[in-house]
Amino acid sequence: MPEPMGFYTDTTVCIGCKACEVACKEWNQLPSTNGGVNTLSGDSYDNTRRLDGIHWRHVKFVEQFAEDRKDGRWLLMSDVCKHCVHAACLEVCPTGAIIRTEFDTVVIQSDACNGCRDCIAACPFGVIDINPVSNTAQKCTLCYDRLQGGMEPACSKACPTKSIQFGTIRELRQRAETRVEQLHRTGESRAYLYGADEKMLGGLNSFYLLVDQPEVYGLPPDPKMPTRNLIPASISAVLGAIVVGLAGIFNFRNRGAKEDREPRP
Amino acid sequence: MTGVPSSTWFSATPHWGWFIAVYFFMGGLAGGSYFLSALIDLFGRREDRPVAHLGYYVAFPCLAVSGLLLAIDLGRPLRAWHMFIQSNTYRLMFKSWSPMSIGSWALATLGLFAFLSFLAALAEDGRIRWSGLRTLRAPAAAGRIIAVLGGLFGLYVAGYTGVLLAVTNRPIWSDTPLLGLLFIVSAASTSAALMILLAHRSGRTTPAVAALHRMDDWVIAVELLVLIAVMISLGPVLSAWLNVWGILLAIVIVLGMIAPLVLSWRARRFHQVTLVTPALLILVGGFLLRVVIVFSAQSV
Repeated sequence: MPEPMGFYTDTTVCIGCKACEVACKEWNQLPSTNGGVNTLSGDSYDNTRRLDGIHWRHVKFVEQFAEDRKDGRWLLMSDVCKHCVHAACLEVCPTGAIIRTEFDTVVIQSDACNGCRDCIAACPFGVIDINPVSNTAQKCTLCYDRLQGGMEPACSKACPTKSIQFGTIRELRQRAETRVEQLHRTGESRAYLYGADEKMLGGLNSFYLLVDQPEVYGLPPDPKMPTRNLIPASISAVLGAIVVGLAGIFNFRNRGAKEDREPRP
Repeated sequence: MTGVPSSTWFSATPHWGWFIAVYFFMGGLAGGSYFLSALIDLFGRREDRPVAHLGYYVAFPCLAVSGLLLAIDLGRPLRAWHMFIQSNTYRLMFKSWSPMSIGSWALATLGLFAFLSFLAALAEDGRIRWSGLRTLRAPAAAGRIIAVLGGLFGLYVAGYTGVLLAVTNRPIWSDTPLLGLLFIVSAASTSAALMILLAHRSGRTTPAVAALHRMDDWVIAVELLVLIAVMISLGPVLSAWLNVWGILLAIVIVLGMIAPLVLSWRARRFHQVTLVTPALLILVGGFLLRVVIVFSAQSV
């Protein structure tokens, strides 16, 4: 068995070039939108807007500008599937199409998926969506095919600033912690790691170095498993069944009892 | 959290639309009607049997349409069987912790029981000339077993959809554990209403219809309380209903729950017979309730 593999994304060195998005689309043969005609968002340099079935990498442009626009900065972050150790999508998938690979990554088998979309609602990060070509749910595979061939994923290979780094989780975590210490030493005290330990969904195999609150990057501060609700919701449904059952039995019986008391002709 | 009431706000919409909203309604009707008919068969009297037939006539066609709706809502309808058999290994597909997985099996199982009871009801009404089918109805032993098991599966199908919504990460759906309770109670109220309407139209006015009517009053009152409990349990997430969906929900509460209760109270007080209007209001309200819950969570 190979060691668990994943991504460490250092958002402080991302320059927003979108080479990862392009490399991902090329390798995975993902279609362009709108027949290839460029559609602009109109209010941002971010024209991809979100991860979905045909965008498995998305460079987020977080604009932080003063009211008078004298001061400002962009936070840039190349977003991707988090390949959670406790994966919500994999947990709910009713067809078994979503699997955990030998690299500890999470992959949707497109030939098994029937497009029920339960995984889309389950993912706490909003990563998955339907690919309109296959009509199945799709997302980043962490280039499963390239990994099996001993290569690194297309996006991290293409990244010119090493913002996206690929490797074993153990090594990536060490590297990321060293980087946080370095940033703290040089005065960037806001730097921290998101999802680099077991506390978040058992650990994100694609984790991030951020310099602002997770919500600012569009990331949930406390992502949870959908099955947290399974027991309480089931208990409430059973309670409903008991109430309905009793209401039914009591009313049907009650009527019978009343009539029995009346004299028969 | 900057500007959002729950971390469920970061998930994406599964695009479950009209097919799913209609399925939630019809699945509830199928499960609820089967359950009520089974109760009448098990606890009612001989002269109530024609009313029980109505529930069986509702359950099977509703389930057939439900299956069709669910299949065509899939991205790949021809792969609907992947819910039951793993397509790569041909092994049985069953996940006890995935409500959609168990729900698929429960729906198919209820379909089987509903089909048997449907045939038995047809035979007893003289529409099929095959007396052997009558053993599929209580008080025959086989009929009792079918009624008990089918009734339980009926309740399951009526309620699991609420649990399915809770086992996601979408706003509203996964922010309260009470949707299963709400759906099961609402399924009972809409099913009783539909059976009252059908009994009224077909002239099957046995004492069981009055019992259904009395039960519906109870259940609607409980449903109103459950809906209030849902709102309390949502807490700050309730702000997601401060829009057109909240208005529709208010209409459901007033016209689909309070109005039928008032009408039915007046009917009892002044001995008027107004069974039809409250039943219609309950049915429309039950459908709109599901529309609000399915669509409002996806417009966040």
